Amino acid sequence: MSNVISHIREPLVLGDRTVHDVTVDVAKSVEGKANKWWWICFGVAVIAALWGVLCITYTIAVGIGSWGVNKTVGWAWDITNFVWWIGIGHAGTLISAVLLLFRQKWRMAINRSAEAMTIFAVMMAGLFPLLHMGRPWLAFYSLPLPNQFGELWVNFNSPLIWDVFAISTYLTVSIVFWYLGLIPDFAMIRDRARVSGNKLYDNVYGLLSFGWSGKVRDWARFEEVSLVLAGLATPLVFSVHSIVSMDFAAGIVPGWHTTIFPPYFVLGALFSGFAMVLTLTIIMRKVMNLENYITIRHVESMNFIIILTGSLVGSAYITELFISWYSGVEYEQYAFINRATGPYYWAYTIMMTCNVLSPQLFWFKKIRNSFIISFVMSIFINIGMWFERFVIIVTSLHRDYLPSSWTMFHPTFVDIGIFVGTIGIFFTLFLLFARVFPVIAQAETKSILKEGGSQYYGNGSNATPVKEDGVTEEPGESEDGEDSEENNTDNEQ
Amino acid sequence: MERIQRKIIQTMSNKVIHGLYQDDALLLDGVKELRAAGIEIEEIYCPYPVHGLDTAVGLRHTRLAICAFIYAMCGVGLGATMMGFMNVVDWPMNIGGKPSFSFVENMTSFMPILFECGVFCAAHGMVLTFLLRSWILPGVSNTNPDPRTTDDMFLVLLKLDEKAAKSAEDILKKSGAVEINNG
Repeated sequence: MSNVISHIREPLVLGDRTVHDVTVDVAKSVEGKANKWWWICFGVAVIAALWGVLCITYTIAVGIGSWGVNKTVGWAWDITNFVWWIGIGHAGTLISAVLLLFRQKWRMAINRSAEAMTIFAVMMAGLFPLLHMGRPWLAFYSLPLPNQFGELWVNFNSPLIWDVFAISTYLTVSIVFWYLGLIPDFAMIRDRARVSGNKLYDNVYGLLSFGWSGKVRDWARFEEVSLVLAGLATPLVFSVHSIVSMDFAAGIVPGWHTTIFPPYFVLGALFSGFAMVLTLTIIMRKVMNLENYITIRHVESMNFIIILTGSLVGSAYITELFISWYSGVEYEQYAFINRATGPYYWAYTIMMTCNVLSPQLFWFKKIRNSFIISFVMSIFINIGMWFERFVIIVTSLHRDYLPSSWTMFHPTFVDIGIFVGTIGIFFTLFLLFARVFPVIAQAETKSILKEGGSQYYGNGSNATPVKEDGVTEEPGESEDGEDSEENNTDNEQ
Repeated sequence: MERIQRKIIQTMSNKVIHGLYQDDALLLDGVKELRAAGIEIEEIYCPYPVHGLDTAVGLRHTRLAICAFIYAMCGVGLGATMMGFMNVVDWPMNIGGKPSFSFVENMTSFMPILFECGVFCAAHGMVLTFLLRSWILPGVSNTNPDPRTTDDMFLVLLKLDEKAAKSAEDILKKSGAVEINNG
């Protein structure tokens, strides 16, 4: 751990937490009882999840004729939801992998929950293509199985098969990355349970912690594995959404057949993913009492990324419009005019307002430094990004080459039920995760305490304690470093 | 030879010392001083990773990254074999008048899955290697001698004979260990 204290940045951990305090705060949510807010959120999520399960059962029993899809609009809410959920998942990997490579320390407080979000979001995403098959029990046809099994080999030239490989790799690698980080935290809960004599927790977390003891050699290997996994996950996350975009871009439908789709989709995914991380973390800091760990500085950092990705997504929209005009292809031009002025103009307007205009408000410091406004904005962006996918899919399909087959898409209660249901299942899983798993990567947070803990910043302000000769005091350097830390804390109390 | 010698010394050493530190910077200094005094450190248990501690203890840099590269290459090889066999050798499909009779001509559309196979094998292979090498597996019991080492304490474990134990305890005390016990 380096002892460099930033002069200009605000602390990452507030409330003068010591290393032991971090342990107590993180273990509290696992060891203690859930509060009222947790039960309320959990109740709502379970009801939505049950509705979703009912609609999924109905779809499997009756077939996808129960959806609003028709011959012209063959892909609608299902694939919209699929891309939306996959996109949401991407922020988790970005936070834990890309920010790790860039050594962004603010990721520590949110990476665990963002990774959990990734896993649950990818699970929800996987559900939609599975259901859209109509006969989900034949889903194994998408696996490379021998001809004798009853079908041909899969076609490796198809982006849909790339999707199968990309998403399953992404899901398993994300789970491995997430679990690896959890091992030392499980060990912490195991040891606390052993001291307090809680046999059940001792056994359960003992099993989950794989016998982690925190040996110096294990930590060295752990760090190396985390770094290499981050290096692998970073191109993986870009490849996954590029491949998802090729499901469209490799088709010949005007409005889909666009070369900017891969980067445009990846940026959109990060944009929506960060919005969802904001939504979740702002709720979580209240429900789980994590105000000292998830601070306004975290929210502001995420808002910066939202401005960047939101602006890039906005310029992708405009590039798309320009290229359709510049191409001189009338079908292409019509697809885009129809999007903006056709019967789905309202969806296009929602998309443009939520995705292009609303993130620009974050240029104002007051707005990006407000929990409430950030929360509301994150909901807007989630809605906007859902509509982006809806606009791309439905408006490109509903008026095809043959005007006699032009039609509109109307969702049925089953479409709505499955979408709301996946949100319910997602939140149910996330809330359960927040109860039984440590929601903050405590080992990593402890390692940045000297750089990011508020007690090292002097009396509550962000000024670093400075010696008379102007040299920054580094607690570890002086022999009485530890004493001076304690004094410092005492003074503040 | 040196390893065997060390083993003999360790089996002869009868005194176990636990030096507990609360500050990672003090621990790092303490470890350096112990090493400078020629004292062999049996193990250090840490609640969180300490930058530079592995080199201070004298550990060699882990070769897991090399393993990851080898696994990645194996993954790419497996992926290429799979796709080549299925789509080129065994059953070349004619899709849209574009039969896949040659691996090279299909290479561009095989790239995404080659990459995914590489990442899949590298990530899983490396993690499995790490877990097996460090013996961190389901059902394994933990060996940290003090439960506080997963909370906020660093524990330096020494196994020494009486004479060396005395000087080691002095160094531990001087370098800021908050507690020294004999297990």
